[in-house]
Amino acid sequence: MHPAVQGLITIIVGVGGCVGYFYLSNQFLDKVLFPPRGPNAGRNINRANQIRPWLFLFPAIFALGLYLAYPVFETLRLSLTDRDAGGAFVGLDNYSQMASEPKFWEAMKNNMLWLIVVPAASTAFGLLAAQLTDRISWGNIAKSLIFMPMAISFVGASVIFKLVYDTRPVDQDQIGVLNAFWLSFDGGALAVLFLRLLPATILLAFAAFMLYGIYVSLRPLLWGEAERGGGSWWTMPLRVVVALGSGWLFWLSVKSIFNLFTVSMPYGEPQTWLTVPFWNNFFLMVVLIWIQTGFAMVILSAALRGIPEETIEAAIIDGANPFDIFFKIKIPQIMGTIVVVWTTITLVVLKIFDIVFAMTNGQWETQVLANYMYDKLFRANDWGVGSASAIVIMLLVTPILVWNVYNARKEMR
Amino acid sequence: MSSIAGKKSGLTWVVHISVIALVLLWLFPTVGLFVSSFRTADQISTSGWWKALFTQEQNLVLRTAAPETQRQEGALYVIDGNIFADNEESTNATITVWGVSSRAIADYEPGDTADMGDDGRITLEANGDYRLENDAEFSGRRGERVFVTAQTPPQFTLANYEQVLFSGSTTDSMAKAFFNTLTVTIPATIIPIVVAAFAAYALAWMRFPGRALLIAAVVALLVVPLQLALIPLLRLHLGIGIGKGYLGVWLAHTGFGLPLAVYLLRNYMVGLPRDIIENAKVDGATDFQIFTRIILPLSFPALASFAIFQFLWTWNDLLVAKVFLIDATGETTVMTNQIVELLGTRGGNWEILATAAFVSIAVPLIVFFVMQRYLVRGLLAGSVK
Repeated sequence: MHPAVQGLITIIVGVGGCVGYFYLSNQFLDKVLFPPRGPNAGRNINRANQIRPWLFLFPAIFALGLYLAYPVFETLRLSLTDRDAGGAFVGLDNYSQMASEPKFWEAMKNNMLWLIVVPAASTAFGLLAAQLTDRISWGNIAKSLIFMPMAISFVGASVIFKLVYDTRPVDQDQIGVLNAFWLSFDGGALAVLFLRLLPATILLAFAAFMLYGIYVSLRPLLWGEAERGGGSWWTMPLRVVVALGSGWLFWLSVKSIFNLFTVSMPYGEPQTWLTVPFWNNFFLMVVLIWIQTGFAMVILSAALRGIPEETIEAAIIDGANPFDIFFKIKIPQIMGTIVVVWTTITLVVLKIFDIVFAMTNGQWETQVLANYMYDKLFRANDWGVGSASAIVIMLLVTPILVWNVYNARKEMR
Repeated sequence: MSSIAGKKSGLTWVVHISVIALVLLWLFPTVGLFVSSFRTADQISTSGWWKALFTQEQNLVLRTAAPETQRQEGALYVIDGNIFADNEESTNATITVWGVSSRAIADYEPGDTADMGDDGRITLEANGDYRLENDAEFSGRRGERVFVTAQTPPQFTLANYEQVLFSGSTTDSMAKAFFNTLTVTIPATIIPIVVAAFAAYALAWMRFPGRALLIAAVVALLVVPLQLALIPLLRLHLGIGIGKGYLGVWLAHTGFGLPLAVYLLRNYMVGLPRDIIENAKVDGATDFQIFTRIILPLSFPALASFAIFQFLWTWNDLLVAKVFLIDATGETTVMTNQIVELLGTRGGNWEILATAAFVSIAVPLIVFFVMQRYLVRGLLAGSVK
């Protein structure tokens, strides 16, 4: 049988089965089990109405429980047992084995880098695009073009960017845009501008942002505002952790700026971009940033439009310039949305697999957790360590999970 | 106020230019792939795709027709023809300079005659027509070498698409993978909608103990990484006899798509006017009737936006298909997997890779541009709450 015909039949059976289940189970409830007739009509209606929600919910609860809730616990169990020893309980052996592998720490380090760079860059670009396109007549067309990569698969995007990063020997015409661009530099003024000053400016902005982060997180501690601001005891360590993290990133970016001006660049040599250690991570991140910017833009642009006009008009009358309006009036009002966008992209980043799998498969120090896990599970066939790394991903997701549930409950009240 | 107005018009130009730059930057990579998919392997490997849109200068080494085609005109032996046609090159090209030795490839202008001594005299026109004359008979098997520098106009071909879609070649063909992807995608989109719509109605409009807890659970499951589900579910599928196959991948996609579906649909259904539902109840409609006759038609926008999400996600998925669907025979491969394999086996054959990738992203792109409104609405409902 032709696979298309087979597919069609299964669609009909599958969907028909679903609809049939709902229809027949409701019919059964109303006609056979508790018919709203006879001496017990009233009681029967009540009983039927108590059962009906569960009829409606049953398939969903079943599927959610089996496909998402149960695996969490099962994976946890697998991570504590050894498959070769017939599933014997081995405590944290899998975790300690994982921790002894340099590849795991490489994946962790890279994942942290992804977690910082991709959400930050996507949100920043998204905000920029949203703000710029909101003011012009053809903004909607521009938006839908920037949004378009959302529809492209990670694998498709990987192919697209592999072409961008392609390398040819030095005596041939380059067919990758990046190498063609790179070879157009010869160490002159243009190269200094694009390859040293421009990245340095971006890094400087990032460093300044981190300094601001340290300031914001430590301000209440330094000036004793915690009591007044209503901060509770548990925010103290959180603030210190955030400040330390920002401090580390600040130090990193300052170091990178210094490197940027001292390093000698191999002008005129085509580079195999995906094999340059450390920097190749960024070339992979570009793919995800390219995809996620559209998402950030769409949501942030809706939030920007939701800002009350009066606040902006008042600011203009008070003599604020466009930059003040953007940073001091608009940004604070959409902070909640920015956080949502940031966390949503963070979730995508934590699960990132396809891009690394298709472009480098974790070689040349580009491993990430999800690909490490896939490697362990399906190539090394080591279910214990694979499950342990899946649990690590779960642990990284947990704070967002708790925060989401907390917010959802707050809303429902 | 005039100063502000004046500043604004200056700034507007900056805004327009930055947006154009941003859009071009975002389009550039995709356009590269698109253009490459219409070029031959030779064209792709000799010049960047961005040059494909313009007339290019190419250096070619061509040969005249073989000596066996010579004819006699009086005392002269003559070979003539078109140098491009004889070498199966594009005949649209225009020769700017040419030569007869690899050390001097730019010695002659079109229309000049080059004297090659014993080998004869050759006249080459700009359009490639040549006439090779000699007093003695030409010998040997192959024609004379001619080095030309030619301007070739942009040229595109559909041969790659033919190769990828209709050739039936086992390694390059995307036709089977295309149908497999479709077979995975459509049920995996429709089934979760049906299941989730009922559940969302119950969570939005029915009263029962534990409702708040269930909603919280759905929100929690929204962010559970599906990586955790791979091994336990694969074991389960193998254990209960589903094995690797379509049924398994449909069930998996249904499970993974459900939290978002329930969440989106419930949020939408809660916002529907209470009056309509209560009036229907007073008129004696059952919950099943209210759901199918009132709620479902009214929820169309939310259903559509989830359908697009799920469609894009299942179409573009690689991991779930690799784990739950594709077995050792590779009969059920999907397009994303096929492309990853092409990256391995034909990493340098950009014409095949680009075309295959473009075939796989074309359908989502069409869906995206046609249904964009619903996609945006769904995103906003899902994230900004």
